Amino acid sequence: MPDQLLQIGRRLLQAVPSVIGIVIISFALTRALPGDPAVYFAGAMADEESIAEVRQALGLDRSLVEQFFIYVSNLLQGDLGLSLNTGLPVLEELLTRLPASLELTFTGLGLAVLIAVPLGMLAATRPGSWIDHLCRVLVTAGVSLPTFFTGLFLIYIFYFLLGWAPSPLGRLDILYLPPPHVTGFYLIDSLLAGDSETFWAALRQLVLPAFTLGLFALAPIARMTRASMLSALGSEYVRTARANGLSHRKVLFTYAFRNAALPLLTTLGMVFSFLLGANVLVEKVFAWPGIGLFAIEALVASDYAAVQGFVLSMALLFVVVNLMIDLLLTLIDPRVSMSD
Amino acid sequence: MTQPPFVSIEQLSVDFRTRNGIVRALDKVELSIKKGETLGIVGESGSGKSVTAYTLIGLLDAAGRVAGGSAMFDGMTMTGASESQLRDLRGREISMIFQNPRGALNPIRPVGKQIEDVLLRHARASRQNARAKAIEMLQQVRIVEPEKRYWSFPFELSGGMCQRVMIAIALACDPRLLIADEPTTGLDVTTQKATMDLIRDLTRERNMAVILITHDLGMAAAYADRIIVMQQGQVVETADVKTLFTRPAHDYTKKLIAASPGPYSELDDLTAVTNGPADAKRPRRVSAADPGQQAAAAANKFLLEVIDLVKEYPHRQKQGWQWPWSKPDDADSGFRAVDGISFQIKRGESLGLVGESGCGKSTTSSIIARLLDPTSGDIIFNGQNLTTFRADQFAHQPQRSLIQMVFQDPTESLNPRYTALDAIAEPLKRLKKITAATEIKQRVEKMADLVGLPQHLLTRFPHQLSGGQKARVGIARAIAVDPLLLILDEPTSALDVSVQAVVLQLLDQLKTELGMSYLFVSHDLNVVRLLCERVIVMNRGKIVEQGLADEVLRNPKQEYTRILVDSIPHFEPDNL
Repeated sequence: MPDQLLQIGRRLLQAVPSVIGIVIISFALTRALPGDPAVYFAGAMADEESIAEVRQALGLDRSLVEQFFIYVSNLLQGDLGLSLNTGLPVLEELLTRLPASLELTFTGLGLAVLIAVPLGMLAATRPGSWIDHLCRVLVTAGVSLPTFFTGLFLIYIFYFLLGWAPSPLGRLDILYLPPPHVTGFYLIDSLLAGDSETFWAALRQLVLPAFTLGLFALAPIARMTRASMLSALGSEYVRTARANGLSHRKVLFTYAFRNAALPLLTTLGMVFSFLLGANVLVEKVFAWPGIGLFAIEALVASDYAAVQGFVLSMALLFVVVNLMIDLLLTLIDPRVSMSD
Repeated sequence: MTQPPFVSIEQLSVDFRTRNGIVRALDKVELSIKKGETLGIVGESGSGKSVTAYTLIGLLDAAGRVAGGSAMFDGMTMTGASESQLRDLRGREISMIFQNPRGALNPIRPVGKQIEDVLLRHARASRQNARAKAIEMLQQVRIVEPEKRYWSFPFELSGGMCQRVMIAIALACDPRLLIADEPTTGLDVTTQKATMDLIRDLTRERNMAVILITHDLGMAAAYADRIIVMQQGQVVETADVKTLFTRPAHDYTKKLIAASPGPYSELDDLTAVTNGPADAKRPRRVSAADPGQQAAAAANKFLLEVIDLVKEYPHRQKQGWQWPWSKPDDADSGFRAVDGISFQIKRGESLGLVGESGCGKSTTSSIIARLLDPTSGDIIFNGQNLTTFRADQFAHQPQRSLIQMVFQDPTESLNPRYTALDAIAEPLKRLKKITAATEIKQRVEKMADLVGLPQHLLTRFPHQLSGGQKARVGIARAIAVDPLLLILDEPTSALDVSVQAVVLQLLDQLKTELGMSYLFVSHDLNVVRLLCERVIVMNRGKIVEQGLADEVLRNPKQEYTRILVDSIPHFEPDNL
């Protein structure tokens, strides 16, 4: 369908101004950060002269406008600069760490959806029942517990007290070797390599941080599912479906849930972006080698290139996810037209 | 005759649990239907007509409970049946069509699929032939290009088409009883007639029994064999159509019949039953045809003159990307909602603006109310050309208070967080710049007296008022700032007939007392005729016919007007 391709193209073009804005803002924000990278990298023993030398080497002695144009022209060539912290190109750092973050985020989101959607549906079909109350308790817990607390709490119980979970130190126990790189997702790569032992090891590491994220994501999803299911079940078209004697299943899924899924999808997009933020803390707690951890370290060191790269990649990810949700919505809801 | 009736409801009582305790919605309702018979259930809102139908089909919502009696369908007790038994019957033996057909269809499922769902559920089709059968059903309800429409979504179809689809779904499995719950509310009169004729034809072909639930006595008279009248959960009268209209037995029936405006009824007749015979209590409406009156009017200048008014809407965004500053293509003129209309309203005159939805009547009234800018044309109001002001700045002009509106839905048009007093006081504060609390209160109380709203109701919020009371608040709010022209946009279409009668009389009385002019926008010619001397009939943005209201209604000159007049369901006792 060339018409739809055209629409997708137009929708992609709409993302361009936001990306340009992100580039400018991420640049400006990093410069506004307190701390001077030249002082930091010159070391504790440095004198004025060596600091000035470092500053010149980093190109920080030039005017902001000049720095910006250098940054943009490098960006256009796909060069995100060098991370001062690690000495490696930022792009390479991000690319190796991104799969770790994505694996964690997607697993967390998947867990949340798997629990929250059925829970919300059950709560909506039986308002006032015990499952409705359970839903309410979980939603409240998910909203009120900060992720770092949930993370530490889970570690305390399942690692320290019960000893069921492995030590919360990264994606894989040091006894194992990472699987050969294909997608960067350890779970998938280990399966592709047919290495079930590594798969289980990676999974064991993943469970706690994924649950921590999942509990955080669960609240808005469950609440939205319940609310939109309630309104769909009370709608006139569901009444028609019931008046026509359609089976309970058909009424619940084809008529009510598909309509309820529309606001749910929009919420999912928002939740995903919350998770990108929550990730940073969870990665810190579980020493997860993702881009969140990388960003914190870069931020502490005023590592401009790395921070800019992080913000930019997060923003791009956000744009892509929302684009995909928009596309999904147009597939499900005939009333949505992307040209508007 | 030992055979039980096809449908019989005996001593049926239904209770609803509400926040204020248990409310009895149905009280010992009795009715029966023979095979192939059409039973009309008539009553005003809250009379329990829908609850009766929902109880029969087992769709009562969770708060409702059968408190006594029974409903039988073809020898089976529906009131005690299990949900799965009922589910088998629904759609196959008994089916239902609703009002607001667009909302009653699944918005994101092709209509053909929705017909298939029912066919497959009741094993009337297999996966292989379901589609063909669904298309056949679309054809039977006279939808053109059924193969194409199969894939349409409800939002792509008109209200009338959606109701046809609903009928197709309802009749897909050849049920023996059809319940039509206000099937044409919200549809245009001509669409209404086509839809009702279709229902009648299709159900007669199949020898189906029909329960027609309606608030419109005229419609019940035209399409039902027998009518039961309900009031506050009770059946007050059951009779065949002719008996009901010629010799109504119950006072409430008499009141309802009187309150339904027919082609020959007068305003005073509407409440004749409750108020006693109308022996010239009020001065008879002076007809504009009166030569003396006409001379006086000619001497007086027109209050409102609309000259060659045009409102164009651009076509939907053209394909392809456009620079935001590029000028729209002049060659591509848009859709003309209002296409060069001119008319005048004299001081103290009421003009009716009639037409079906999409004819441009609401656009016209919005432009005159200066809520919308015309594309071209002039509006001379009280000697001044109002089109020189932009719509978004008109609120700051002194003329704003001279043109006021009364809106269609009395509930929606009141701020739910404002009491009646606040609502009426708002224009006084904004337009009259009155700040003294005592003066505002005084004025509001005066307005309340004028529109017959008891003063103790002024502290209430909209949800604590009845429909008629809310309509009064809406009118009081509009006349609080002493307008010269009142634009009435279907002010009674959301009201029950008996309330409508009272509101119409109030409007007529206010007009004579305050000397306002009315522009009365409506789809109902019979209602317009009661309040207006002259009437304009619009179609597709153009004026089709205009003249004296009685004249236009009784001897329409144009084909379109004739169709419009003929489509109004009404009862003429002599012709039954």
